[in-house]
Amino acid sequence: MRGLFRFSQVLSTDVAADDPFAAALAQEPIKGRSLWADAWHRVLRNRAAVTSGIVMLVMVMLVIFGPMLSEWSGDYTDWDHTSSPPNLETGHWFGTDAVGRDIFVRTLQGGRISLLVGVVATLVSLVIGVSYGAIAGYYGGTTDRLMMRAVDIIYALPFMFFVILLMVVFGRHILLIFVAIGAVNWLDMARIVRGQTLGLKNTEYVEAARACGVGHWAIIRRHIVPNLIGVVIVYVTLTIPQVILVESFLSFLGLGVQEPMSSWGALVNDGAQDMESAPWTLAFPAAFLTITLYCFNYIGDGLRDALDPKDKS
Amino acid sequence: MIQEDIVRHGISRLMGLVPTLLMLITIAFFLIRVAPGGPFDSEKPLPPEIRANLDAKYHLDEPLIQQYFRYLGQILVLDFGPSYQYKDWTVNELIARGFPVSLTIGALAMVLAFVLGTLIGITAALRQNSWVDYGAMGFAMLGMSIPNFVIAPALILLLAVNAGWLPAGGWDWSIQRMVLPVITLALPVIAYIARLTRGSMIEVLHSNYIRTARSKGLPKRIVIGRHALKPALLPVISYMGPATAGLITGSVIVEQIYSIPGIGSYFVQGALNRDYTLVMGVVIFYGVIIIVLNFIVDMLYAWLNPRIRYDEGR
Repeated sequence: MRGLFRFSQVLSTDVAADDPFAAALAQEPIKGRSLWADAWHRVLRNRAAVTSGIVMLVMVMLVIFGPMLSEWSGDYTDWDHTSSPPNLETGHWFGTDAVGRDIFVRTLQGGRISLLVGVVATLVSLVIGVSYGAIAGYYGGTTDRLMMRAVDIIYALPFMFFVILLMVVFGRHILLIFVAIGAVNWLDMARIVRGQTLGLKNTEYVEAARACGVGHWAIIRRHIVPNLIGVVIVYVTLTIPQVILVESFLSFLGLGVQEPMSSWGALVNDGAQDMESAPWTLAFPAAFLTITLYCFNYIGDGLRDALDPKDKS
Repeated sequence: MIQEDIVRHGISRLMGLVPTLLMLITIAFFLIRVAPGGPFDSEKPLPPEIRANLDAKYHLDEPLIQQYFRYLGQILVLDFGPSYQYKDWTVNELIARGFPVSLTIGALAMVLAFVLGTLIGITAALRQNSWVDYGAMGFAMLGMSIPNFVIAPALILLLAVNAGWLPAGGWDWSIQRMVLPVITLALPVIAYIARLTRGSMIEVLHSNYIRTARSKGLPKRIVIGRHALKPALLPVISYMGPATAGLITGSVIVEQIYSIPGIGSYFVQGALNRDYTLVMGVVIFYGVIIIVLNFIVDMLYAWLNPRIRYDEGR
């Protein structure tokens, strides 16, 4: 008995030396990989998604801490250097705009607003969409039909015009931007969550669990929610860039955040005004915005491939 | 049997158009009316008598609900009323003037997007996991990620200002002035259609009947053209509705940047000036287009896809 124990110990340490995967297998012989571990492995294999994730991490860090690195502040007008090109000596790493404000700091501060709007407005749409979709899917029948009919009707409305109307009507406060964009973006989420709930409710394993006498809440917690979360996460990552795009669209039209606050859309608009004389005022905010959207789309794509249970190839 | 199914579904969808439209009009009407400020606000307030006369002329002195029903009555006879800002113009006239321009750009962009998008998608699918595929999908992702208000100034800077090949903006119905706006408008749609086509094409190419067609020794051209293409394009067809909505929204920006006198630019100006009737007119006009197009696409999809069944409740 004792010898056997020693033997297995020796075996596991030996193996660990040259193959970490086998070592993990040896140390945890019974525990299978969970849904999440499985998905995580698949995400890690997607090079585009991993690269995008790292870039986004750097972007978030830069946006939060970057402005502290510069000797300039976003609202200081440096009259000695107006519309000056990027220059390391003056400390205007990305150059300055027509009134001498530092583009580096303004781009990063604009990024704070853009990313904040992206996350918060997505959360608003998440809360509305998930509760709406889950209720419709869970109750089914007439409730479901009426609720989804309403979604169909709202869906056909030109929602971008409504966001513009909302901004014009209620002023351009940042809180309103969160709510206005979130309030028109929940429809897809509601549809997806509802469809998923509807499908999950009738799966064999839920039926089996029910037959075994498992309670409603346990079924929801163990079987429905984990399967729902995957889709929701994927959808959240794909909604964030959309929301950032909508906000920058509004800001570009002059309907988004107001001075002295700024966002990438507003900066792109400023930059487009004098792009002929000072192209860097357009290039840097535009590049930051595009890189962010690009990365979010790749992350969302990677997560979708990893978490979509239909597609386990 | 299936045809009957589609007809029944079509009728129920057609009935759904009425509440959708009513809701569109109602939301737009009350939203813009609760806004602080009005169409006749200016730096220097108007004399009260003139203001009263103006309000009376446009029925702005009536209770809001009465105005609402008056407006509904007007809509029924397709009269959007006079514009408040563009004096001597009715909204109908403004739309009639702007729409041909917007439609031309939008339709050209749609055609370009459909042709290029499906071509790119099919090419990528046929060479799955090759560098062609990766290149095409990388480009598609870029097209989806770059906002059109970034592309537009970049194109102007490169092709108009620096190279001098094309005019930077303006409108005179010449092809040179259409190139940049159409490309700007089409790019995200090309990207999306390319991704859609690639995905569905790959799925179709793995299906049994394609394998059968291949094993019978049919040339690749016929396998793709006759058997794979139609089912692979179904998702693209159903995307046409949202694509139109996207093009219309995009045209607001594109018309602004390239200073094109289309409807989109009226909308932004109207919203900023509280030109109630103009804003309402544009929202309803575009709303109807989007709703009707969605309906057509839906019917087309049902007609093309034999597998779809509507009676089971969606």
